[in-house]
Amino acid sequence: MACNCENQNPPNNNKESLDRRSFMTRITLGVGAFFAAVLSFPLVAAMLDPIIRKKTEVWRSVGKLTDFKIGETKMVTFENASTYEWSGGIARSAAYVRRKEDDSFLALSVNCAHLGCPVRWVEKSEIFLCPCHGGVYHKDGSWAAGPPPRGMFDYEVRVHNNNVQIKTQNIPITNLTS
Amino acid sequence: MKKALKNIWNWVDDRGGLSELVKPLTTHLVPPGSKWNYVWGSATLSCLIIQVVTGIALAFLYQPSADVAYQSLQYIKNQAFLGSFIRGLHNWGASGMVLLMGMHMIRVYLFAAYKYPREMSWITGVVLMALTIVMAFTGQLLRWDDNGVWSSVVAAEQMGRIPLIGDSIAHFLMGGENINGETLNRFFSLHVFVIPALLFSFVAYHLFLVFRNGISEPPKVGRYLNPKTYRNWYENMLKEKGVPFFPNAIWRDAVFSALVLIVLVFIAWFVGAPELVGAPDLTNVKVDPKPDWYFTWIFAIFALMPRDIGSYVIMLGPVLTITVLLAVPFLSKGGERSPLKRPWAIGAVAFLIITICGLWYIGDVEPWHPKFDAEPLSEYTTVPEAKPSVQRGINVFNTAGCLYCHKINDQGGIRGPNLTNVQNRLTKEQIIIRIVNGAENMPAYGGSLSKEELEDVVDFLLKDKKRSNPNN
Repeated sequence: MACNCENQNPPNNNKESLDRRSFMTRITLGVGAFFAAVLSFPLVAAMLDPIIRKKTEVWRSVGKLTDFKIGETKMVTFENASTYEWSGGIARSAAYVRRKEDDSFLALSVNCAHLGCPVRWVEKSEIFLCPCHGGVYHKDGSWAAGPPPRGMFDYEVRVHNNNVQIKTQNIPITNLTS
Repeated sequence: MKKALKNIWNWVDDRGGLSELVKPLTTHLVPPGSKWNYVWGSATLSCLIIQVVTGIALAFLYQPSADVAYQSLQYIKNQAFLGSFIRGLHNWGASGMVLLMGMHMIRVYLFAAYKYPREMSWITGVVLMALTIVMAFTGQLLRWDDNGVWSSVVAAEQMGRIPLIGDSIAHFLMGGENINGETLNRFFSLHVFVIPALLFSFVAYHLFLVFRNGISEPPKVGRYLNPKTYRNWYENMLKEKGVPFFPNAIWRDAVFSALVLIVLVFIAWFVGAPELVGAPDLTNVKVDPKPDWYFTWIFAIFALMPRDIGSYVIMLGPVLTITVLLAVPFLSKGGERSPLKRPWAIGAVAFLIITICGLWYIGDVEPWHPKFDAEPLSEYTTVPEAKPSVQRGINVFNTAGCLYCHKINDQGGIRGPNLTNVQNRLTKEQIIIRIVNGAENMPAYGGSLSKEELEDVVDFLLKDKKRSNPNN
């Protein structure tokens, strides 16, 4: 025998064979899509989890009421709402707390409203300066100079049992229209 | 022995088809005259290979965890065998890849090699450029020093400018609403798995296209490209004058890539990777975040953009750049390919290079940057025999933040005007108005300086001889 092929006869019913083939094509594509979907789901879920996760906010004490003098701006640090054992040096955030002349409190995020760099408080001139692109803010957090499109973001702040407390929140993200 | 080896090879090749796999690539004909201008792409690929090898080596030494990543980098830098060199080579390999990719793009653009039938080569090239930039950015962030940490904040903030989904993308990058224990791992996974997978796929396709459509022949003035006849003409030209890719063309690629490797090894060994700045700490505000050199021109754009359009530039800049680049092969199709007959193309490249170099320079000088570490003016050397009010004024100038932005002689920042001779430009009243009310880029000091302090500092500014040395 010249050839060891099993079946040399061509299929004689072309129409039936084409139907069968298009069916098999669809089965293969369908199974492939199913396979891809089953595998993609855990990947996409793992990647998107932080976006859909429930937001946590907690009050953190940042000092005694007596630690803050009227008219003074002070940098405080506090533990973030959600930390991990492996968070290391980034488990804590900073804020500027000012006890205003009317004895109410103002807590400002250290993040510049331009691109998030940490601003510095210059006490004598009572301004906040950003090291990255030169944003400047007044002591009340309002915009003074430079590229930031808005003033600094603030935290909710309260006095609770003689403790000054800040409500933790996300790193403020400046949007296109803010 | 020799015969036995030959037999083994014959068996492997017969059953494994290695020659069949490689032969079409090596015997593939290329146009004559594709000389030293054609080495940029292969050199970029060589840099990618350097990055893969050094990247794997670093992954064996690096701990991608927020609490110890910084320490593991100290270990790589100071203790690990060849660690500092590997890190240096990975760093400079990235620089080389960005630079050579730019040269490759400029060459392809100037020779109009993006025209028919190689549009897809250009399009995949633009995708590869974007992926390379993302790799460069995510890579420098993995240093996880305070620069790295703040870079991830800056990346999230940039994403925040995208309408509607901006916040979600920012939180996707940070792994939550804050920089936290997940942030570093996310950037690590992107840098080591996700982007490289995309990069390799597109590189493979990009290379396949080079073989499928052939290397573009060097352009000649007056030889027009006609899409209807080009493929036939190209095939005939190859049949008549083509030379085999191996070794007639590839030897230049090999030599140039080896040269690139030698230069990179040299820089990695003698210059090394950038110093690590402080340990990651979100409560330390005494930092000065700045990107690596290939991004400082973008950094400069962000600082220089007028406030009203800044957010739009951050959002639309990358989108427009990619769109324009992708549109190039559709805007300019057939016709002349020689740069000598395409003055606008040369003009565009020259304009781009000059602009980027200018921005690089500005990004390096950072004229918008308050100089927090400016050396205070000394009362005795700055103004000889100063009266008490002037001495107090110097003190105000030093402590009120004036010095961060204004220079007196050679001390102080450069954000605002040099005030050494301000007494010749402004009257006393004008100086007072400016200090009290501020200006566009200067905060108003009216509320924070006392009347006496204001008078003292004005006394000092009006002084004629604000010299650093009384003998001058």
